[in-house]
Amino acid sequence: MAEPTKKSKKAAPKNAVPKSAAPAEQLPAYRPGTPNAYLPMLATVVEVVTETHNIKTFRLVLNDAELMGKFSFRAGQVGQLSMLGVGESTFVINSPPTRKEYLQFSVMRAGENTSALHTLQAGDTIGVRAPLGNSFPYESMQGKDIIFVGGGIGMAPLRTLLLFMLDNRKDYGKISLLYGARSPQDMAFSADLPEWTGRKDLDCVLTIDREAEGWQHKVGLIPNVLLEMAPKPENCVAITCGPPIMIKFTLQALEKLGFKPEQIYTTLERRMKCGVGICGRCNIGEKYVCIDGPVFSLAELKGIPNEL
Amino acid sequence: MATQKYIAFADIPAWLEELSAAQTVYAPRREGKAVVYRPWQKGEQPELVERPTESAKHIVFPRAEELFRFNYQQAPETGGSKKLSLAEPADPAPAVVFAALPCDTRGFLFFDPVYSGSGTNGKFQDIYYLKRRACTTLITRTCRAPLATCFCNWTGGGPANREGADVLSTDVEGGLFLEALTEKGEAVLKSAALSPATEAHISAAQSSRDKAARSMGDAPDLGRTPPALISLFENLDFWREQSAGCLSCGACTYLCPTCYCFNITDESNGISGVRLRSWDACMFALFTLEASGHNPRNGRAARLRNRVGHKFSYYPGLHEGRFSCCGCGRCIKSCPSSIDIRRIVQNALAATEASRG
Repeated sequence: MAEPTKKSKKAAPKNAVPKSAAPAEQLPAYRPGTPNAYLPMLATVVEVVTETHNIKTFRLVLNDAELMGKFSFRAGQVGQLSMLGVGESTFVINSPPTRKEYLQFSVMRAGENTSALHTLQAGDTIGVRAPLGNSFPYESMQGKDIIFVGGGIGMAPLRTLLLFMLDNRKDYGKISLLYGARSPQDMAFSADLPEWTGRKDLDCVLTIDREAEGWQHKVGLIPNVLLEMAPKPENCVAITCGPPIMIKFTLQALEKLGFKPEQIYTTLERRMKCGVGICGRCNIGEKYVCIDGPVFSLAELKGIPNEL
Repeated sequence: MATQKYIAFADIPAWLEELSAAQTVYAPRREGKAVVYRPWQKGEQPELVERPTESAKHIVFPRAEELFRFNYQQAPETGGSKKLSLAEPADPAPAVVFAALPCDTRGFLFFDPVYSGSGTNGKFQDIYYLKRRACTTLITRTCRAPLATCFCNWTGGGPANREGADVLSTDVEGGLFLEALTEKGEAVLKSAALSPATEAHISAAQSSRDKAARSMGDAPDLGRTPPALISLFENLDFWREQSAGCLSCGACTYLCPTCYCFNITDESNGISGVRLRSWDACMFALFTLEASGHNPRNGRAARLRNRVGHKFSYYPGLHEGRFSCCGCGRCIKSCPSSIDIRRIVQNALAATEASRG
């Protein structure tokens, strides 16, 4: 399950002709032994970290030790967490592929399922379907400078890639992180922050929207702080995730700094159900966020219908 | 050579009774004003005059089906935390659909690639659909005369279309001419209730099929529809006009033989329950509503744009140009405000033609 899901890329034909639907030899066959794509694996919550007033982090270990040992994924891939009896929702695996003692998911309380997830305690069993979706194309980022720009819970998909890169530090150039939240209390991953701000091989800037007592770092909106930081676009890749409004202005700031759409990656969210490209819910034009995403370059986003 | 048989209309119940010994037989039945596919009951003569209101989609893709059951057990040794077990349902029982419409049978061909995992190169498949598809035999019946809403020939089908069918049956004097098209079809034609087809049956069936094909009229060229819909994507005025009467009732999607979207929900009594998948529709406002309150398809115009866009642009872009519409016309016939997908497609072509000037 290591490879990201790929799909045959076929451009929409300029002049599609109605054709007979499918030749007989293409008819599907049920292959006995095909895994049930909808059946979650069972996992045990080994630790719950309360990050902020509305974000909790869950560390999970698959109950089947063999599955846990074989479990592999790429940074950026997601999982569906099931509270059986309530529902299932999609979250990025925010621990890196290089650290596999547990799988980490951070959940912001927003609706029914996330509220139910927030009741989980260490020792509880939940369902997990993972890994799903595509991933960051980090091979293509080797030898380049990297600037991460994360806002709020949007730090989660960046965390997995950031830690993966720090664990493979020599493969990358200068690595910078700009991480912002509304207030110090809204800043998730506070356990990581001393290391991130202390590392010599990581340029970490933290910012909050408004002055707060005891805050030692920047104050200002992420796109503005980013313009101040002024990362050089040459041989650099920018990766950003956060609330939609933050992403919008961060993308504008990056383009202003001279970053080309091909140099900018972000992750999309959509309401999802199946997570495997079948149920038809998360499409944007021809793209399905669950299998073609969640990671998209800005160049790719410019090529799909504007339905964000 | 493929088996060819004949059955008199009066003998159909005897044949269906024989078939129902080993499988569930579904046949059209009149219920109130509607004609629907129901498990055939002994002695029943299927409704063969009025055209079925619904398609046979639900026999392969049930309106709601169990994905698995779950059960929590209190486990004292872990300090009261909950242990969980999951159980998958039994395999589906074999089924035969008698007198499916050719457009409806063809509708399954648009499910097939998606549910076989075309999006993930087959890595993730929908085994529930594929198992039902594999054990369902489709006996299609050639259409005799089109309704005003029929347009199967616009999208590559026809009133005697064989694609997806296991048996093609065609009306001839006093009964049906039956032709096996697949192995599953051969199996249901091995019956003492059927008699060998005569040369007269074969030629009568051929002329029935020819007559049906001629009755369809000319099909417009829809080849430019995919790029036309893309270029109109941001033209909200166009989509507001097309969707002006839409009530977001979802009748179009529920009756559509090619609409395949579903929802996944849990039903629970607190300790145990079932995870279900049920039909859903992109015409509903809740379809894309996120927990944050954000809805990327806010408004009827955006939702109708997705339905038409998916069938006539996105799906063809992913599946070798095939429109995911079988032209059955049910969405037109059953729309409470007379929205006509044919008109939308033609309006889109006209609007882009005008701008190309």
